[in-house]
Amino acid sequence: MTVSLNKNETLERPSDFQAWWNRTSKNRIIYMYLFPSFFVMSLITFYPLLYEVWMSFTDYGIQNLRADSAPPNFVGMKNYLDIFSGGLAAKVPNFNFLALLTFNLVWTFSNVIVHVVAGVLIAVLLDADGLWGKGIYRTIFVLPMVIPSLVIAVVWRNMFDPTAGSINAALASIGGLVGLPAKMFEIRWMEQTSYPIPGIPLTLSFFAVLIANIWLGWPFMTIVATGALQSIPKDLYEAASMDGATPVQQFFNITVPMIRPAMVPAAMYGLIATFNQFNVIYFISQGGPLRKTEIMVTTAFRLVNEQRLYGMAAAFSVLVFLVLLGLTLVTNRITKATESYDA
Amino acid sequence: MHDTKQISLGKQITYQILLLFITFVVMFPILWVVGMSFNASNSARPKEIIPSSISIEAYQKVMVQPTANPVTFAQLAMNSLLLAAGVAFCSVLIGVGAAYVFSRFKFTGREILMMAVVTVLMLPSIATVAPLFVLLNSVKIELGDISFNLRNSLFGVGLAMISGTLPFAIWNLKGYLDTIPKDLEEAALIDGANFNQVFFMIILPLARPALAVTFFLGFLSGWTEFALSWQFLTQPKNFTLAMALWNMTGQYSGDTKWSSFAAMSILLSVPVAVVYLMLQRQIVGGLTVGGVK
Repeated sequence: MTVSLNKNETLERPSDFQAWWNRTSKNRIIYMYLFPSFFVMSLITFYPLLYEVWMSFTDYGIQNLRADSAPPNFVGMKNYLDIFSGGLAAKVPNFNFLALLTFNLVWTFSNVIVHVVAGVLIAVLLDADGLWGKGIYRTIFVLPMVIPSLVIAVVWRNMFDPTAGSINAALASIGGLVGLPAKMFEIRWMEQTSYPIPGIPLTLSFFAVLIANIWLGWPFMTIVATGALQSIPKDLYEAASMDGATPVQQFFNITVPMIRPAMVPAAMYGLIATFNQFNVIYFISQGGPLRKTEIMVTTAFRLVNEQRLYGMAAAFSVLVFLVLLGLTLVTNRITKATESYDA
Repeated sequence: MHDTKQISLGKQITYQILLLFITFVVMFPILWVVGMSFNASNSARPKEIIPSSISIEAYQKVMVQPTANPVTFAQLAMNSLLLAAGVAFCSVLIGVGAAYVFSRFKFTGREILMMAVVTVLMLPSIATVAPLFVLLNSVKIELGDISFNLRNSLFGVGLAMISGTLPFAIWNLKGYLDTIPKDLEEAALIDGANFNQVFFMIILPLARPALAVTFFLGFLSGWTEFALSWQFLTQPKNFTLAMALWNMTGQYSGDTKWSSFAAMSILLSVPVAVVYLMLQRQIVGGLTVGGVK
């Protein structure tokens, strides 16, 4: 090692550093812009998520809440095993993971199919040329979307009340027209445990929450479909009708393919939103009767809020996350696969 | 362009009948709750759909003290307002920088960081109630005379909410910023503007509608937030309008008159519904950008 070499180094370093500093200045400022978001998210989003995974392997319970209490015991996969086998059902009556997941999927798909079909058909009705009152209808039909779903849910809950609810009252007045006694329409929507349609294991409360959520969900699809319909060139229909295509043929061969690129992402958004539709289930049927209309997010909340099994709730939430991950990957694949339809 | 043939009279009438029926179905719950809120009947649960006599008594009662809890309407509304505005403002303020660089630049780690945001977005906020409850419960704030458990405070609920609304704000804002043409920024860079100048003087003014919509969506989720506040808060002075509404409906509603419950529903809905109607076009556009939230 010679002195001169050292000297050289010390002379060159600042300029190297300067060059590096200048070269990376844009990157540095980019990371500076990212810093606030990722700093906050690290603290209140990512850390709690990792903590949740850790909690899911412990028996964290109400006894561990106090600041001076002992840390929870590590129990390995016990929470997960309890969820899949009967272990959790011993603490939460009528809990069955597979039935819950199946019901959640039935709930999701039955809703979204009706939302999309009703949404598109109503959008087509509204798109008719020279329709009277178009603007008024469009304004009214957006109302279910603009009212908070929390309010809609509690209102429907009271409407389904067996004695004073307006649903039974309306049914009774319709029934009265054909001479049916009002007594027949004291329907106990939320408590009846028998299945109204033989062979289909879905309670009356399922149909009640389905009705409420259809009321809530179709306007979004109508708005998306209306936007897509307006971008279809009218001469396509003119050419088709000159060639003798019936309106039904026009609908399936022009309208459907043309609005598909807009409807598929909207339907995928609807799937995820409906899968996690907490408000309608929690406030209207409360998962009842006998947990037959419980979905995954309402169950996760009850495990914290009512059973206070925090470790178990964490394990359950990890499973919710995995199911959603699967669902999202499938929906993203479907969205991507249909993207090329644009052309 | 107006040479397309109009629908025939027969079709018009069929369509009108169908649309009037749908209008009836849409309006039925709304008219029921509005009618109920003005119902002057003495019965706790009036049966008639259209009230026979009308009064604003329910509104007067709700405006004073809606539930059996010792908390006034003004306090509840103030708590909801603080929570909603605070959450919305923080999410937009913290998130807009990240949204901008995600929308415009390629840099090391971009994919991983964006993936992290999207993954969190997928999770419903209820799936993180357990760890947030436990973690915030372990934090005690001591400021001179003031001492409180972070979990049992509106501030803690706000923090827990931002954990979900911040990733949403980043993603939503990025979606909107992607649609703003880059020409202006490029012109400004040629004229010698630096990074910060471009962001503050060009992007932020152009993004004002997007900022407003994202703020409103954050406000809406704070205004109607239920699960976290219901789980976290135990002191009536911290309760929110959404919690009070459930107290007037659920198994704790006791002998709450339905007219009061209906008036409360309307008072909670009207402010946000009016703003939603004004921003409707932008909100729907944003929700469908790219197919992810």
